[in-house]
Amino acid sequence: MGLILALVVQGIQMLLVVALAPLLVGITRKVKSRLTRRRGAPLVQPYRDILRLMRKEVVLADNASWLFRVIPYMIFAATWVAAALVPTFATGLQFSWTADLIAIVALLGSARFFLALAGMDVGTSFGGIGSSRETMFASMAEPAMMLTVFSLALIAGSTQLSTVAEYMASPQVGLRVSLGMALVALVIVAITENARVPVDNPATHLELTMVHEAMVLEYSGRHLAMIELAAALKLLLYVSLIGCVFFPWGIAGSDDGLAGHLLGAALYGAKLVVAGVLLAVFETSIAKMRVFRVPNFVGVALMLALLGTLLLFVSRSL
Amino acid sequence: MAALDLALAICAALLALGPVAVMMRHRPAAPAILYGATAGLCLLVGLIGLAGLSGHGLGGGRVLPLGLPWIGAHFRLDALAAFFLVILGAGGAAASLYAIGYGRHEPEPMRVLAFYPAFLGAMGLVLLAADAFSFLLSWEVMSLLSWALVLAHHRHADTRQAAYVYLLMAGFGTMALLLAFGLLAGSGGGYGFEAIRATPRGPVVAAAVLGLMLVGAGSKAGLVPLHVWLPLAHPAAPSHVSALMSGVMTKVALYGFIRVVFDLVGPLAWWTSPAVILIGAGTAVIGILLAVMERDLKRALAYSTIENIGVIFAGLGLALAFRANGMTAAAALALTAALFHIFNHMVFKSLLFMGAGAVLTATGLRDLDRLGGLIHRMPVTSLVMLVGAVAISALPPLNGFASEWLLFQAVLMSPAIPEVGLQMLIPAAGGLLALAAALAAAAFVRIYGVGFLGRPRSDAARDAAEVDRYSLTAMAMLAGVCVLAGVFPGVVIDAISPAVDALLSGRLPMQADQPWFTIVPIAEARSSYSGFLVMAFIILAASGSAWAVHRLASRALRRAPAWDCGFPDASPLTQYSAGGFAQPLRRVLGTGLLGAHEVVVMPPPGDPAPATLAVHVADPLWERVYAPLGAAVTGLAGRMNRLQFLTIRRYLSMVFLLLVILLAGLLPWV
Repeated sequence: MGLILALVVQGIQMLLVVALAPLLVGITRKVKSRLTRRRGAPLVQPYRDILRLMRKEVVLADNASWLFRVIPYMIFAATWVAAALVPTFATGLQFSWTADLIAIVALLGSARFFLALAGMDVGTSFGGIGSSRETMFASMAEPAMMLTVFSLALIAGSTQLSTVAEYMASPQVGLRVSLGMALVALVIVAITENARVPVDNPATHLELTMVHEAMVLEYSGRHLAMIELAAALKLLLYVSLIGCVFFPWGIAGSDDGLAGHLLGAALYGAKLVVAGVLLAVFETSIAKMRVFRVPNFVGVALMLALLGTLLLFVSRSL
Repeated sequence: MAALDLALAICAALLALGPVAVMMRHRPAAPAILYGATAGLCLLVGLIGLAGLSGHGLGGGRVLPLGLPWIGAHFRLDALAAFFLVILGAGGAAASLYAIGYGRHEPEPMRVLAFYPAFLGAMGLVLLAADAFSFLLSWEVMSLLSWALVLAHHRHADTRQAAYVYLLMAGFGTMALLLAFGLLAGSGGGYGFEAIRATPRGPVVAAAVLGLMLVGAGSKAGLVPLHVWLPLAHPAAPSHVSALMSGVMTKVALYGFIRVVFDLVGPLAWWTSPAVILIGAGTAVIGILLAVMERDLKRALAYSTIENIGVIFAGLGLALAFRANGMTAAAALALTAALFHIFNHMVFKSLLFMGAGAVLTATGLRDLDRLGGLIHRMPVTSLVMLVGAVAISALPPLNGFASEWLLFQAVLMSPAIPEVGLQMLIPAAGGLLALAAALAAAAFVRIYGVGFLGRPRSDAARDAAEVDRYSLTAMAMLAGVCVLAGVFPGVVIDAISPAVDALLSGRLPMQADQPWFTIVPIAEARSSYSGFLVMAFIILAASGSAWAVHRLASRALRRAPAWDCGFPDASPLTQYSAGGFAQPLRRVLGTGLLGAHEVVVMPPPGDPAPATLAVHVADPLWERVYAPLGAAVTGLAGRMNRLQFLTIRRYLSMVFLLLVILLAGLLPWV
């Protein structure tokens, strides 16, 4: 019975993340529109976009190689597997031991590696500019993420995300300075990795300012749909990660019954809405940075994460 | 015993193949026969190593009446040597198989063939030696033969320069090793490893030995700041020799370090470990940063070797720190991670150097800025290079990630260490390692994206053709090992464990008992990773989604010119170049750490002359330490040159003066 429930939870989780990811994007876009006194597209517009793109034919550049055609599915798969392993509404995931937090970060790294290669494949200047800048951001953001993972793992004594989430939900955590620093660092990393304002503008098509959009410029049709879906999944993954580690309220444990799981699901939905609204408010209230300001921004995350880790040793109870 | 004798016989046969090559030099089939024989012998060496790791044929020793008359030459095969025999055998067999095809393009094949098998044999003897004299002798033979191999293309001035620097650094390193073994042997002069192990020594002497080993073995492996010869010498050699030097010879150097520091010298104080950890982590960052900015394909790979050596040394330093505090399980974890990474680096660096050699064969180019678009004309080489690039960037589910993951797990064992300094140092070093891993991904996106993707930037790249079958087979086998070791990391860990057990009297739990090929270094609630399931999930999700999209939505496809925001430019030079790709990283990290700078010269208004941009990137250590040192030595030698043109009278008076000074020096003891 336990096994069946766990498998069901894992299956629901996998479908849930794919089903909800465009909605999160829709919420953010809607709130951003309302904040700038526009009516905005309906909440389901991202779903419509993806379906429309999927039905269209692919216009492939003459010079594109086989790698260019395979990469969208690989990126989607790597991101999906990573997202399916982050607890959303319940911690007792059947396959959570497959990959711990370090492996989840590295899976996202694999997705980014291939996306950057896709930007270089057709041999256009915009693809190169996107890939070059993306790898620069990533080489700052990834160590920051890793150090954040270190401080979480040192607090919880595990890199296993389910264990970390259960530990964070337990009353023995208390309030720690290190956790606060880790939260700020993780938020900065999330903004950078998801190509949000002020690092990158998801809505721009102004040539010299785009980073993520420049890499995917040559994609169209179903390929573009897969990449958009993967990008939405990645945003959802980071929201779930921040939710389950720093705000684990109501998350269902492995021994909670159906009611516990339903409560967890409801609270998870609420967390998503809150995160989407907060992201939109943040993006509306800040201007995009110059590219060479971004390393300073991400560097703050790096330093905060390092300080948070070191503070753990200076004072264990602070 | 039998295994040891067989291994010694194979090493002797490899050493003998050099003269055979000289005798066969007029037969056109000689290279193929000799490389084939070398590949077979290496395969046997690897099998002996594998048998040794599973417990067959270990122990016992063999004393040969060679070397110093009163001790003879001692040889011994233990689990550590067996593990490195696997590295040597696998790397040597793959490089030799590759060379059957690649060697055809050598202008003077005998310049390589006369030394190539003997180089492998000498490395084998280093691994089997069980006394200081035969160890150092084999080490020197290995250095000299590799120097001769570097000089294969001796008509290029760069090659001669590289070989000269290499010879100097190798001599310097061996001097440090000589002093280290002198300290180990002590005043009693016991040069056998058994005698060295039995001699007690104080913590200061042990620390001095560690320092000398860092210089001696570290210079051979490419540790910063002794790395300057490596990016010159490794790329200058023919590509299969580059693969051996980067993939295998650096590992033999690491073997020397591990043998002395973990086995011979005995317990080391905890305060020796921070130096190893910091030098390792620093080497990793500096090495990969130089790789990110390098335009030459083979030199970029050589810089990446420096990075990986740094990662391995960081792991060894962690193992030292844990061992000094009696944390056997954590030390075993760190040492397993280091040895696993040694294996992985042998596999993917050999693969990448062979791929660079294939590119060199097909285009005659090593300059990234003149390559491009090779994925269309060299499909198999491009595929295996992609596997190598993903593996070395430490991305799941390939093998580079598995060892990196183990290393991070070892970093996370730091809270149990009693010393506060180490507690804080280890996560910081972990951050540096994460930075190096992220930069490695950037470096290989650049190498692969500029070299293999996009449009060809020169006629040679446009007209490239796929290389021969032997080369492709060798590379495909290594790529297969990258995938298998990444998907079944538990198998590798279990195979390494006897070597770890022999050094630390502790090992990781058996991984074969875990379901779904998961690796669990300490406990499942703490951390676990299943490369197999990650791979399976990715394949299922990717093929499932591709199938669903093609089946349910659309499968229409149309080829058209590139979009490029409406302004596509036909010239391939409008693509991002290798230098342009590295520019953001150069500005962010290179200016501070390496002193990289750009000089923009704008003509005054009205002047039609073009503006110029000059980028200056160089290894600051070379410019600030090695170049002035070399200039000082040359200057001093120039001044002392006068001494060669004196009259006999003056020479005699100088001899007399020296004698008086020496005698005066003896006065206090009389």
